[in-house]
This record gives sequence, C-alpha cells and structure tokens, in this order.
Amino acid sequence: MNLLGKAKDLLGRASASNDPLVDDLVDALGSDAVKVDAAHRALYAHDASVFDAGFAGPTCYPETTEQVVAIMAVAEKHGRAVVPRGAGTGLAGGAIPLGAPVIVALTKMNQIHDVDTVNRVAWVGPGVVNLDLTNHLRPFGFHFAPDPSSQQVCTIGGNVANNSGGPHCLAYGVTDAHVAAVEVVLIDGSVAMLGGLEDEPDGLDLRGAFVGSEGTLGIATKVAVRITKNPPAVTTLLLSFDSVADAANTVSEVIAAGVVPAAMEVMDQRITVAVENYVGAGYPRDAAAVLLAEVEGLEAGVALDAKKISEIGRANNATQVRVAATDEERALLWKGRKTAFGAIAQIAPDYYLHDTVVPRAKLAAVLEQVYEIADRHDVIVMNVFHAGDGNLHPLLLFDRTVEGTLERVHAAGAEIVRASLDAGGVLSGEHGVGVEKQPYMAEMFTDADLDHQNRLRQSFDPVCRANPGKVLPMGHSCADIQSLRQTPPGVWG
Amino acid sequence: MSTLAVTDEVLVEFARQTVTNSPIAVEGNRTRWDVGGPLANGVQLLKAPTGVVEYQPAEMTVQVRAGTTVAELHKVLAEHGQRTSLPERGGTVGGAVAVGENHLEVLGRGSVRNAVLQVRYVAADGQLVTGGGPVVKNVSGFNLPKLIAGSLGVLGSIVEVVLRTNPIPAASRWLQATGVDPGAVRNAVLAPSAVLWDGDTTWVHLEGHLPDLDAETSVLGDLAGFEEVQGPPALPPHRWLVRPQDVSGFSADRFVASVGVGTIWADKPQPARPQDPAVAAVAQRAKALFDPTGRLNPGRSR
Repeated sequence: MNLLGKAKDLLGRASASNDPLVDDLVDALGSDAVKVDAAHRALYAHDASVFDAGFAGPTCYPETTEQVVAIMAVAEKHGRAVVPRGAGTGLAGGAIPLGAPVIVALTKMNQIHDVDTVNRVAWVGPGVVNLDLTNHLRPFGFHFAPDPSSQQVCTIGGNVANNSGGPHCLAYGVTDAHVAAVEVVLIDGSVAMLGGLEDEPDGLDLRGAFVGSEGTLGIATKVAVRITKNPPAVTTLLLSFDSVADAANTVSEVIAAGVVPAAMEVMDQRITVAVENYVGAGYPRDAAAVLLAEVEGLEAGVALDAKKISEIGRANNATQVRVAATDEERALLWKGRKTAFGAIAQIAPDYYLHDTVVPRAKLAAVLEQVYEIADRHDVIVMNVFHAGDGNLHPLLLFDRTVEGTLERVHAAGAEIVRASLDAGGVLSGEHGVGVEKQPYMAEMFTDADLDHQNRLRQSFDPVCRANPGKVLPMGHSCADIQSLRQTPPGVWG
Repeated sequence: MSTLAVTDEVLVEFARQTVTNSPIAVEGNRTRWDVGGPLANGVQLLKAPTGVVEYQPAEMTVQVRAGTTVAELHKVLAEHGQRTSLPERGGTVGGAVAVGENHLEVLGRGSVRNAVLQVRYVAADGQLVTGGGPVVKNVSGFNLPKLIAGSLGVLGSIVEVVLRTNPIPAASRWLQATGVDPGAVRNAVLAPSAVLWDGDTTWVHLEGHLPDLDAETSVLGDLAGFEEVQGPPALPPHRWLVRPQDVSGFSADRFVASVGVGTIWADKPQPARPQDPAVAAVAQRAKALFDPTGRLNPGRSR
C-alpha cells in the first residue's frame, strides 16, 4: 500500500488506486471523470444547508446517460449508494452524502438538446442552469417559469429533484407543472422514460411521483420541460403597510377577489432595510411590510388586475401604492427581492432559511408567532416570503462561532415548523424534506401514510441505494440514518 | 391512536366496508367504466362517500368526498366564482381523479393530476391513508397524490381529495374559422384554453377579461375570418393520446384534435402503444406493494 493510501495526480484525477470501487469507476468513465481528492470530498460532503456534513465517496462527472448507467452498475457491484447532485444549492440537506456514496455530479450534462416553440417543450440535460435556460429561450419569446432565488446557479435536475418553486410559481405552478417527461436511470441501471409529451401518458404518473423525490428514486439524465410564452404586458406594484398583518390580509383578499397575480411577495421591515442598504432598490425604509405584486398577461387585463390590487391594498391601509413606471424600476424592485439573502450578510455571517406553508388566512397569525418564537430564543428573524401561496420563509440570522447559537436557532426552527403545522399548514413548500424535516414527518403523517410513501419509494428503488437516509424518518426509511452517518469499515477514504 | 388519524366517521365507516373476503371496486356514475379493461367477475361494488367537507374560497382549495358529482362540486364553487380542472361529464369527483382524463380546455384549466393537492384513500388492507397536504404548495414527502391520480383505483380506493380551485374568468368565447393553420392560431394568442382542429376548421376558446378577449379576437381576425360560435364541435367517441407534434400528420375520415395538447377524438379506438419495460417494472412493483393480493379493482390496469 502506498503512503497516500491511493494514487492521485495534482488535478485530483483518480489513477490506479487501492480502492476497487474507484478502479472500476475509472475503467468505466476514464480518470478525468472520477475525482477522489480531499478537496472534492470536502466540497461534496455538504450542500447549502446548515446541517452536519456527510461523507462523500468518489465523485463522478458523467456526460451521457450511458455513463450514468455504467456508474449504477459499478455501484451495484460494490453495494454502494449513489447520490445525484446538481449545484448543491439545496437548503434541506437533500444532497448531503450519507453512507459514503458515489456522488454523481450532473453538471457536465448541461446541453439544451432541443427547443420546440410550437409545442412549447424543451429537452434539456439535468445540469443546465435554470437561468441559462430562460436566457436561451428569451430570443424565442419564452421562459422556464420556476425561478428559485438560486436560479443563477441551480440546475434543472436539482429543480426536478426538489420540485422547486420561486416567486413566479403563484400563477404558473412549481416545477412539477412544467415537466412533461424525465429520462431516469433507475438504481438497477435500467433507463426509464417517465411521462411523455402526450397530455395523459399511459400508465401510472411515475413522472409525477419522481418530481420532488430528492434523488431517492433514481437519476434524471434528460428532462422535457414545458416552456412558457413571455407575456406582452407586465406590471409590478409595490405596496407599503404599517403592519405585516395588513400586507398578509391584502394578499388573502386579492386571491379571494379572483385575481391570481404572477407573484405576490412580502418583506418585513428588517429585511427591507437590509436590502435597501445593500442594493438601494427604492423600498421604503419606514414601512412595517412591503408587498411586491406582479401581474402579467394582455394589456387591458393587466391594468384591470393592477387596479384591483391597488384598491384592495388601500382598503387594507396601504400607506403607499407605487406602480413601477419603467422596466428599469421594475427590474430594480425585483433585484431587491432576489438579493435579499445576500443582503443579510451585513447583519450576521450565517443564516438558516426556513420553509413552511400555511393557509393564506393564517399568514398574519403565524407570522406573529414566528416573531415571538425568535424573540424567546434570542434569535434575529427576518421574513421575506411567497405570500401569494402562503409559503413562509423565516430567515434566522446567527453567528455559528458563538457557542450555543446554532442550538437556539434549531430550537426556534422546530417551534416555527410546529406552529405552521398547527395552523393547518405543511412542512415544506419548495425546499423539500432532505434531512432537515425528517424529524417532523411523523408530526404531519400517520404511520400508515409514511408506510405508503415508503412503498412508493420501494417501487423505484427496492434496494435502498438511491440517496439513502433522506425524506422518510427513522423506522420508515429503508436506511438506518445512524449507521449511514458512520464511515463504513474498509471504505475508501 | 395518533391525533393525525382521520376522524371523519363517514370515511372510517367506508373503510370498514372495504374489509371483506372479496375483491372490491368503487363505482361512481360509470361515465368511464370501460377505461382500463373489464372488471373481473365476483367483485363487490362500493359507492364512495359524498359531500363537500370544507371550502375556503380565499385558499383556492376545496375538500370534497369522492362520491360527490363534479357538477355538484362546481355548483358550490361557482357561488364564489371558482371552478376546478375536473371535466364535467356527469361523473363523480373520485371517478374523475381515478381516471385522470383532462378537461377539453386543459390549456386554460390545468390538468386533473395537478389539481389534486391531497388524497385520502383506503388501502388494500382497509387502512385510511393520506397523501399530500391541504395547501396549494407542498413538497413534504413523497407525492402519493400524483401516484393515485389516474391510477384507476388499483392502488387504493379514493375516498376524499383536496383540490386546487381557480377563478372562473370574467368572460369567455369560442371562435371558429376554416382554412387557417391551427399552429399559427395557437401562437397568435397568448393563452387560449383550447385550440381544436378537424383538418379543415379551427376552433379557439378564449377566456379572461373582456377587453383582452376583444383584442385577441381582433388579432385572430387578421389571420382568418373567425366568427363567434356557441361552443366546440361534437367530438367523435374515442380519445387518442399522441404527442402534440404528431397532430398535424394525423389522418382519419373524421377527427377533432386538440392543438398543442395532442389529444385526438376519432371514430376508432387508439391501438395499444408499446410500454417501456423499465417503466412497466416500476408500475408492477408499485401494484404489488400497494395491493399484494390484487383485490382492488381487479381486471383494470394502466
């Protein structure tokens, strides 16, 4: 055995090693596509979440479906788990490797294969970056509707895995509504085309089951996404309020009035001020809450909807109703919203972004609880959220170097989740369960419910090697989370 | 018992009725009884519970028991200016969800599968199972509503759903013209809720604010001589599901095709299409895991 335990060159490429798993992967993919160096292991041991890092096995960079099939065969031979990975922007720990899995990084499968504007479908690789797709579609007059805050870096494969949302999913729906078909490599190496371009593909809706399954059912290698025509008219309104409750009530009443804007986002005063300091988006610093509403469509209807939103806002004590006069002003208002998470770096070095959904009518009451919970745990909380669909995003700010802080943040987070469930809400609107919400699954679902979710999972992966230890809680999942947290004996490392 | 357990006595009683020694099937109004093949002999038929359980217009959701007819549901929703994507054809909510057949105006209303936010079904062993959640946005756990919607009741007997509702647009109209390229028609307007074509005539359904409809009608008028008509054409009896790009090459003596959607109505049934073996293997495992003894709706398959 050589002193390094394995041989690597300076680029981290794997060459002849003492690990038969690595050797087989190199045989299948070539040494350039298999990384085993410490930097890769460290990078891929975690994602964008605040949760404990896992333990990454070799990282593979396939470029074709056939190479993903080959990886599955090697993983099966060695009894090793596989974890697919896009840009690693997930906030629920879904991409944290448990059980020293083979990491399948799909970033090189980033081709836009075909754009069909007549039938409004594009075939893309899972590694295509969300915003790159929309930029590519712009000359055709189309876009990809899901627009998570991470859209500059997150990938379509990651969007599929998490059923991602974003501000503009209020009118258009989350990723699931925009995926017609997915080519998936199953854990046994077979390639399945889930869904299809037909309106109602034959058989069970396995495509629908796959979207949002967080990498636990197989690896997406090609995606047929539905593309959306750019609307000719867009109006963005900014409404200011003296209370968060007035903003929340405005949102509820707009929906009740039969208006479904493209987006309705609320920011509280703390985050508004932080954003103003950061990018100067023109938000009022003195408002307790700011509501950003956007209506899209044809000119006359957009004007009618904008007027209705203004009226409802004023009836709910809006102190200011401003309509963006130019495209530049509109872009600036959105820049403020989309850079909110960057803006908070001036306040604290770390943040934990929560994600729950409550009925719209309970927004104001739950927000009040959120502030109270954070105060009690001595944690700074800011709220910036997709109000239109009741999707709360309490942002807990902290400095993890201060001893005991992370524990207080987690305690406050747990109470926020429970307050949302008590209000008739759900655990997650768009971030997924990952490892973050596993402990709460039994608070939303019965044993029988979880057992059936597990059956769904086993239909795709009966051997529990696709991203094990995620989503389902201990006792239901096909993985023992404790043992997955340990490095298996004899494993490369 | 967990506080999460379903407490609706009507559902609990229905679940009790399913626990028998014979195979069972849930009967709605039989509007799509033949889909998926003939029911096996010796199957006990049950009727699903009925009634709208909770409706909150501002949440854009409605909780409804499966035996309720779509017409009854839509009557309740219409009082608050809302509707769902479920097609009205005389059937029940449970039947519409189990079959998963979309509305003719699917481009405007959305698909049935996307409308199901939460599903409650009775499993093969008589347990009540809830999948999904009651709010409009939810990614908490595996998506059982998607697996159950369109499953023809072979994985579980649907007893209740929470559906997404949508506002009924302020105005709507059907327009008709002959000799125009239906693809050009679809692209000329922003979001038609249906574009139908029979090889010669094109029908367009527009919905939205009245001035928008007038503007779109004027745009269409530049393409061809469109005139307003009462509604869509009569549809031949058999539905074909093809890819939208295959619509233009379709030929039959008589057909109506949904442009941009791919559904075609014709006089003959669509021949069975070959199934992807990897997809079939997953579906077979699902069937075996959800209904190990094959007692749910035997004879039917997707």
